[in-house]
Amino acid sequence: MPQVTLTVNGKTSTVTVEGRTLLVELLREKLSLTGTHVGCDTSQCGACVVHVNGNSVKSCTMLALQAEGAEVTTIEGLAAADGTLHPMQEMFRENHALQCGFCTPGMVMSAIDLVQKNPQGLSQDEIRHGLEGNLCRCTGYHNIVKAIDAAQPLLHAKAAE
Amino acid sequence: MYDFTYSKPSSLADAVAALAGDDQAKALAGGQTFIPVLKQRLNNPSVVVDLAGLGLSFITVTGESVTIGATTTHAAVAASKDVRNAIPALAALAGGIGDNQVRNRGTIGGSLANNDPSACYPAAALALGATIKTSKREIAADDYFQGMFTTALEPDELIVSVSFPIPAKAAYVKFKNPASRYAMVGVFVAKGPKGVRVAVTGAGQGGVHRHSAAEAALAANWSADSVAGITVPADALNSDIHASAEYRAHLVQVVTKRAVIAAG
Repeated sequence: MPQVTLTVNGKTSTVTVEGRTLLVELLREKLSLTGTHVGCDTSQCGACVVHVNGNSVKSCTMLALQAEGAEVTTIEGLAAADGTLHPMQEMFRENHALQCGFCTPGMVMSAIDLVQKNPQGLSQDEIRHGLEGNLCRCTGYHNIVKAIDAAQPLLHAKAAE
Repeated sequence: MYDFTYSKPSSLADAVAALAGDDQAKALAGGQTFIPVLKQRLNNPSVVVDLAGLGLSFITVTGESVTIGATTTHAAVAASKDVRNAIPALAALAGGIGDNQVRNRGTIGGSLANNDPSACYPAAALALGATIKTSKREIAADDYFQGMFTTALEPDELIVSVSFPIPAKAAYVKFKNPASRYAMVGVFVAKGPKGVRVAVTGAGQGGVHRHSAAEAALAANWSADSVAGITVPADALNSDIHASAEYRAHLVQVVTKRAVIAAG
């Protein structure tokens, strides 16, 4: 059986997988990081979004073996050790940007990548377009967009530190 | 998904050898189409040959052309200042494929090798008169696209890079499927070293194709007015749950005009 070595949320693991094992299966079933969700399993809904080497990707559409040597960040890797939320998580909380919460981990991971890659700042319309890969079936988009908009200055300030 | 052996060669020669030695072996680029295909058990490869280790993620721009390595992601092309300066229409096209997460994984080589009839890159390659460099040869775009999901590539032939001549004017306009962002109709217009060329994706039963009536009209007079009245027959166009052939024929007319306006 093949093995893959990767660093998830700062911790390096070597895991035995099959050729067909998806990255999301490795995260959820081998590393018990069940914050990353599987929604549609067809790369449309974005519930499974994680960061691989700093880029948001759909972990249901990437083989575990493709992550060999990669730095992966999941929703569990965002908050500080003392439980202080990441500014994006905090803004989701403050703006009530979640209802059932199923899409939230993917939304937060996509939102962080979107904001970090656009230091010039995004309009609310651009944020909506930037979330095309994430679906919220509670249709709670309005507060999600508000939360991401509110998080922009916080993330940009953090990047400038 | 059926299980398979995963292999990640570190040289083009090894990747080609892995494919040549086993007719059930399949190449994997960004996987944004191929992994969903595997999940649906539409393919049962013995070996999946990952191309990510071949060093084919690069962008080179000269005064005459933009050359993009096969495993360069859509996100990298969209973000490239060099591509934006040289062929803004190409950078914009790359930035409109799928969503951010798909663009972070999907590759130009994967898109061209798959030749999905609704994919965007085939329209750019055909309209700009690109050259597809493979592990065996160089193929002109006019000879490369051979119908829906069909190309001139042989089973053990891999795309290395794609060179796009820099046009004087170009634009791509896509009438998107609102869910998938695939082109219901996409039109790429270009006026450049290869002449005036118009390529249509998303519409034809045979996949991407040139729009010769629009090309002739634009060669005589590059203006939106000269293509505004050009209708196309619905016979050879796709009908599906998203649009009828008649609707697509109308979209080709409208989107061609919009593309000429966008190109200026």
